[in-house]
Amino acid sequence: MRSYKLSHIRQLESESIYVIREVAAQFENPVLLFSGGKDSITMARLAQKAFWPGRIPFPFLHVDTGHNFEETIRFRDKLVEELGVELIVASVQDTIDTGRVKEESGPNASRNKLQTTTLLDAIEEHGFDAAFGGARRDEEKARAKERFFSHRDEFGQWDPKNQRPELWDLYNGRKSMGEHFRVFPLSNWTEMDVWQYIAAEGLEIPELYYSHTREVVKRNGVYLAKCEYITLLEGEEYEEKTIRFRTIGDMTCTGAVLSKASDLTEIIQEVASARITERGNRTDDKRSEAAMEERKKEGYF
Amino acid sequence: MSTNNVDAQKYLDMDLLRFITAGSVDDGKSTLIGRLLYDSKQIFDDQMEAIEQTSKKKGHDYTDLALLTDGLSAEREQGITIDVAYRYFSTPNRKFIIADTPGHVQYTRNMVTGASTANLAIILVDARKGVVEQTCRHSFIASLLQIKHIILCVNKMDLVDFSKERFREIQQEFKTFSSKLDVPDVHYIPISALYGDNVVTKSENMPWYDGSTLLYTLENVQVDSDYNHVDSRFPVQWVIRPRSQKYPDYRGYAGRVAGGVFKPGDEVIALPSGFTTNIKTIDTFENEEEEAFTPMSVSMTLEDDIDISRGDMLAKPDNQPNVGQDIDLMVCWLNKNPLQHKGKYAIKHTTKDARCIIKDVKYKVDINTLHRVEGDKEIGLNDIGRIHIRTTEPLFYDSYKKNRSTGSLLIIDEFTNETVGAGMII
Repeated sequence: MRSYKLSHIRQLESESIYVIREVAAQFENPVLLFSGGKDSITMARLAQKAFWPGRIPFPFLHVDTGHNFEETIRFRDKLVEELGVELIVASVQDTIDTGRVKEESGPNASRNKLQTTTLLDAIEEHGFDAAFGGARRDEEKARAKERFFSHRDEFGQWDPKNQRPELWDLYNGRKSMGEHFRVFPLSNWTEMDVWQYIAAEGLEIPELYYSHTREVVKRNGVYLAKCEYITLLEGEEYEEKTIRFRTIGDMTCTGAVLSKASDLTEIIQEVASARITERGNRTDDKRSEAAMEERKKEGYF
Repeated sequence: MSTNNVDAQKYLDMDLLRFITAGSVDDGKSTLIGRLLYDSKQIFDDQMEAIEQTSKKKGHDYTDLALLTDGLSAEREQGITIDVAYRYFSTPNRKFIIADTPGHVQYTRNMVTGASTANLAIILVDARKGVVEQTCRHSFIASLLQIKHIILCVNKMDLVDFSKERFREIQQEFKTFSSKLDVPDVHYIPISALYGDNVVTKSENMPWYDGSTLLYTLENVQVDSDYNHVDSRFPVQWVIRPRSQKYPDYRGYAGRVAGGVFKPGDEVIALPSGFTTNIKTIDTFENEEEEAFTPMSVSMTLEDDIDISRGDMLAKPDNQPNVGQDIDLMVCWLNKNPLQHKGKYAIKHTTKDARCIIKDVKYKVDINTLHRVEGDKEIGLNDIGRIHIRTTEPLFYDSYKKNRSTGSLLIIDEFTNETVGAGMII
């Protein structure tokens, strides 16, 4: 008998499509959290495949810290138009303006933590009962324990000790009023899988991922891009460097790496030989050893 | 084509092995996984730096590789693993997904969870202690969940002077026990996870061992035949109806193949309606496919317009699943509230939701001896037993032994919505 073998990347793709379709079928009002980064671009492609030749049957939600790279926003708007999906923007600035949260102060101030309130407010306002995220288990140790279907109580909280067992390919999305789920179809993908998939599928990504020269400041071992949201400390100065970003997020905490990788092939080579994890360049994770776990318990992505 | 492109193609074509690691507390599971990740160069400098610092803080004179996998703060405080954690690594030929499952009795449900998607189980024993109650429990669960490959790693060989006799003794002990199990492929490897003997590189301390290292074994175990490619099953997950200008009449049945092979032109029967028709096309975003097999996600169009919706199943007229409402199954109980005799529960089976009543508890299994427990039919947390249920509507099922996907179901508490039982149809 001939052997029926599906390569690992096609197995991952099929698993993700299956999970995305399960969410569309099990929930009334799902939404896809879209940041414009490589993981959400991959998510967008998988969602497109899951319902082709139909349209993606849920909107995208961007939690906008107001500290975005311009390139990301341009990219986001273009992709959303091509896919023909509705885009909802939830703004951290609005959350601050209505007094729901207080902006951090000091030179390392970041709006990253404030996103949680904005996200939970948007989920409540629109009545979303499931929110897709592009998080992967290989990113960070608290994420290594996430389920595909991650149950959140009415406060949006994650209880790591009381997660629902997840068996076979049977996903239990039942919930009480007011509760919702976060769903992570890319759970089993690694950073390398995502890059290889983007290359294989020929997906477009924001130029920030490719090497370019930019004014940056080195802080806590990480290069941060020059922008109006960063205040220089004594002894710090901007310098021009040839860099690229390995992740794309809020400008105040997304660090760049020195790099000459100017196309996908070079990025893949760089990722293959990297000695620092991609989140190693995120100052938000450096705050404490359990930083991600704390944020997740509060309802972060 | 440049060399890099060739590499990329090789990367995309790698196959996938999912395995679990199980063992008692302190058998060195986390250290073993840390060792596999470290020796196969999957550890990044910032991760290494973080655990070196923590090791120092704790007063260790070595770098504790187990810290790489102990994820949650509660675990770091208590120094134990409390939930299933997933890890990833790859070698040039294969990508691996590890489900790291804890050894404590009260967390058996996590082992069942990890085992449900695994092709292979690594079961660790401490060379000083040999086969213990937990070893039997874990092996039984692996066998019950139809894991076809077990690697028994006899760890901490350094603490028994790398003794051949001790290894053979444990091997014999496990052989006697595992002959009662349904696991066709068992490997035995003497290792020291702490020092790396026989994990990635061959041990110089055990020249008497002429078998393969753990990593070599993981890379070469044949798993493609673990899927059922004979009995064609396609549970319908979602109906795609674009109603767009380009596709005004398209009606595609989307789902993931759960068994066998489907080709355009094949005659199929839709369950429960019983109507037969032929497959017109098998579509994916990029292609009209010539065939679809497990576990591909596709969308199928049919020659005739018949009423099919989520929860229905396509199969072949001459090879149909069982259709019925009275079902015998083995259940592993996952919740602190015990199974209620005559209780009503929600169930999830393939893409179908239904309800059931527990008609009978036939027996409970003593998972250390594999004997039936006489006179005790109370199925509580971490218990395994055989039960009989009646469902509100017919399920389209196979035995779990024949097909893991159409033979498994979840039992759900209708009030708390928690997943309380894992069922394997007999």
